[in-house]
Order: sequence, then C-alpha cells, then structure tokens
Amino acid sequence: MKPGTRLKSATCDTEVMVIRAGQGTIECGGAPMTEDKQSTSEPATDHANGTLIGKRYVDAEATFELLCVKPGKGSLAVDGTPLVTKDAKPLPASD
Amino acid sequence: MNIALFLEMAAQAAPERTALVCDGARFTYAELFAAAQGAASTIRQSGAEYVALLDESSEAAVLALFGAALAGVPYVPLNYRLADPDLAALLTRITPCLLVGDAARAGTLCEDAANTLLERGDFVTEARAAAPLEEADPGLGVAVQLFTSGTTGAPKAAILRHTNLSSYVIGTVEFGSAEEDMARLVTVPPYHIAGIAALLTSIYAQCRIVLLPAFTPEGWLKLVAREKVTHAFVVPTMLARVVETIRAGTPGDVSSLRALSYGGGKMPRELIEDALDLFPETAFTNAYGLTETSSTVALLGPEDHRAAKASEDPRVRARLASVGRPLPTLELEIRDEDGTVLGPNQAGEIFVRGEQVSGEYKERSALTADGWFPTRDAGYLDEDGYLFLSGRADDVIVRGGENISPGEIEDVLLTHPAIADACATGVPSLEWGEAVGIAIVTAPDCDCPPHDELCQLVRARLRSSRVPERTLVVDALPYNEMGKLLRREVKGWFGA
Repeated sequence: MKPGTRLKSATCDTEVMVIRAGQGTIECGGAPMTEDKQSTSEPATDHANGTLIGKRYVDAEATFELLCVKPGKGSLAVDGTPLVTKDAKPLPASD
Repeated sequence: MNIALFLEMAAQAAPERTALVCDGARFTYAELFAAAQGAASTIRQSGAEYVALLDESSEAAVLALFGAALAGVPYVPLNYRLADPDLAALLTRITPCLLVGDAARAGTLCEDAANTLLERGDFVTEARAAAPLEEADPGLGVAVQLFTSGTTGAPKAAILRHTNLSSYVIGTVEFGSAEEDMARLVTVPPYHIAGIAALLTSIYAQCRIVLLPAFTPEGWLKLVAREKVTHAFVVPTMLARVVETIRAGTPGDVSSLRALSYGGGKMPRELIEDALDLFPETAFTNAYGLTETSSTVALLGPEDHRAAKASEDPRVRARLASVGRPLPTLELEIRDEDGTVLGPNQAGEIFVRGEQVSGEYKERSALTADGWFPTRDAGYLDEDGYLFLSGRADDVIVRGGENISPGEIEDVLLTHPAIADACATGVPSLEWGEAVGIAIVTAPDCDCPPHDELCQLVRARLRSSRVPERTLVVDALPYNEMGKLLRREVKGWFGA
C-alpha cells in the first residue's frame, strides 16, 4: 500500500490516508478497506469503536500509520489487530 | 497527502468556523473550501501548467494555493518587488500559467498568449461562482514552487511536493487543536515559505487566519486589537518597528496576543530582550527554517526564552541568541568540509534530513545520496543540542586557510556604543588570499571610532586573525524586504 493512498471503509463512512504501511491488510469495521467505495454493510460488533477525524492511527511496531480524514463508526485494524491513536507531541506555533 | 485535503478536513469538521479575514472579506471553512474547489475548475479550464500569484496577501492567494493543489498544478507566488527584467525572466520559466494579481504588469512583461491573466477580484468572483472540479485525484506532485531570493546568485526554482508540506503539517500540528478564539495574524509576503506554512498549519488547527496584506507597525497593532489576534509571526525587522512604535507612544491593545513567533533573519539580542519586557505575558518562539525544508526545522520555545532571560548562567543566557532545538520529526547534523560529523560547539555546515525536507530544485536535487540536505548555513550545536547560527557557509571568510564566521566579528563590533550596524566580509588580500573587511554604520550623533580602536576591540575578544584589515563607514547596510542582509553587495563595495 503506497503512502498517499486514500482508503475507504466497506462498513461505515471512515476514510483514511495512508502515511506509512508495511505488509498486511488494512481493515475498518472488520472488513478490508479499498480505494473504491464497496457496498456498505455494518461494522462487526467488536470492530465498532469509531474513528475520529484528524487522528493518526498506528500499530504497535509503528509500521502502519493512517490519518483519518473522514470519521465513521467502525474501528481500524491491520490483519485483525486493532490500531491505536498516536499521541502528538505538541509544538508551539512557529510560522 | 495532497495539501488540499487539510482544507477539506477542516471544512468537514468545522464548516461554520471563520477561516479567513482579510480587509472586508470573511470566509467560513465551508465557504473557503467551496471557493477553492471553484478555483480549481477555473485553473483547469485555463489549461495552465502553473498558478502564479503576483500580488500581496489576500483571500486570492489562499484560493490560488488550494485551487492549484486541487487542480494538480504547482502554485508559484512571485515577488512583486522584483525589477521588471528579473520578473520577466521568471515569467518565461512558468508558462503557460494562470496568473492572479497584477495582470496589467504581467501582460506587459510577458506577452505569451497561452497565459491567462486575472485581477485579484475577478479571480475570487470566478472561483466563488464556478462549479467544483469533477475529479477524483489531483495527485501528489509539486504543490509549491518558490523562486529563492537570490542573495547568492540567480533565483533557483525550489520545489516543495505535497508530501514534504503535508509531513511538516501533520508532524508539527494536531488537527483541530485551535481553541475557539485562536486567531493568527499573517503578514509575511505570500512568496515567503513562512507565509505558506502559516496558512497550512492554521487551517489544519482550524484557527481564524487574519491577513495583513502590507505591513506597517500601526496597521499591525490596529489589527491585533480589532481582531483580538492571539498568535502572530514576524521577521526581526517587523518586530523592531512594532517595538519602536509602541515605545513612541502609539496606543495599542496587545493583551490578546498569547504567542509571538519570529524568524527569517538574525534577531538582535537587545531587540528580543526589549520585546520580552514589552510583552511580558506573551510566549515567544524563535523558528529557524528554509524554503527547501518546508519552513521550520528548529525552534526555541517560550520556556526556553524566559529561562534564558532569567538565568545567571551565561551558557543558558546565550541561548536567547540560539534558534533552539531541532524538531523531533527530523535529523540535524553539523559537518565539516570533508563531510565529517562534528561534535558539540564545533562549527560547520548544517545538514538536515526528514520527510519535510525537499532539497529539490527544478533543475536538480541538492540532496546527498542518503537524503541529507546541505543547507549552506553555518552553525554549531551546544552540549544540550541548542543550535546557533553563524551565517551562510558561502559567507565564511577564509583567511590563510582559517575559516572565520562574519557573525562573530559583527557581534563584537555591535557591543561598541558608537556602532549601530556592522557587516564583516572577505576582502581580497595578497598575503592571505582573503582578509576581513568591515562596513560600519555609526549610531546617531556618533563619529566612527578610529580603525585602530576597532582592531583593538576585536583583538581583545577574538583571535588576531579576526582583526579587520579594512574599514568602510556607510550610511546604511543593504537588506532585502525580509530583513536579510545582502552580503554580496557589501563584498562588492570592497572591490571583491
């Protein structure tokens, strides 16, 4: 998956930009995300924690980093392992 | 990612928030995004391969930036202060273009029929009326092309890709982090990287952008009070004039100003100390960055400023003259001429590496094989990682094989009460190849100290190799409009 690719959820409104990616399938709501909008189902019950716009989602190894550009009801995962939000290091405005 | 997505996200998350205020015009985030989409249609229909701006800051600059991004063509803000022949030369490098701003001047300078020339108001009206561009993906090519100021040669076309700019924004700003009342005053010219970075980071944070098209200290103070500005960026020259104006008794309510950042040139130590006294409640940030690095690469934050000012330790106090520490999202090294990485307190050339660093010109990439960008700025890191600048690497005076930074000599000269401004430069010398020449501006009502006295001053504080061989007394030193000293011109005065 190339950085800069925009992926859409098959289960909700979530859309993400791929900032970094390794080997594996990016999922939302329990189903693989794709570049084209697929037929919409509902997120699986254990994959329905929701996504927040502007949050960055990463895996434990920081191999994957996704930026949520449109929020939805599903939660993000790679090969079934949930992603977590990345805490930003706040910097003072400099320009 | 494409920088236009930042505006799309902000419009989605906070459609009703005020995005932009400029003279009489006000745009919410939803309105600004809709107009940018319309601008993209206008740009696409024109067949332009570049979107040029020949104008001061206004809503048109913002629409041109994001319209170009949505249409997938580079945005090229031009320096309207350039002389006609220089500007004409740049225009021939970006045809066919859609040019926004001074259409009459552009038409006279470049008669290419392939160009579309639009006055500011016409462009904005068209953008607001046009239907959005029906296209899925504008791609990740060149977002911005900036012609460098050319203080050391002919302007180069520096290229910033969407990936460079978006890494900078995502890496330094949290989306939607602006408090409801946050208002950023942007007054650097649109062709300066700090002006572009300010737009992008403000939009990502969702604050209100307040544009001041042409800087005057009175206008700046008035706008701070009227719009309750909370954040602003200034170059040292602007800060000096604001401080002067307040001191002269111009009333101005700056109580809303929570943060003031500065950069773009050397900040005189005295000026920043004055400003810290005048704005005791304001958080100061010094930023160091270059066009080729998508703006800031190092910064000295508010706590560092107050700690340095209050400290008894000369090492900590000295940090007020530093540009702080490198951003955590990139790497920074000091190297000598052979490329060897230097340790603390050893001066050399500053190298940076990271996703925000482009280091790319239209003609060639300046990056090393492993992705490092040689900034051509000279400096050193202290033992705690604070970065001190000592001028451009090209400005280093090489006297008999010894490298001398002009800045250290100037700093010593400026301690003399009769000297208001000073520039040290290399002058031809039969004996040494190059020797030190100094151009001096005397303080009001002062005579220039005799050459011997100046030599004595430098000898007492620095090594004897730093002692000037020639002294020139001048009325003023040449600066560009961003407050950058034009050393090449001074060098020319000595026949070098």
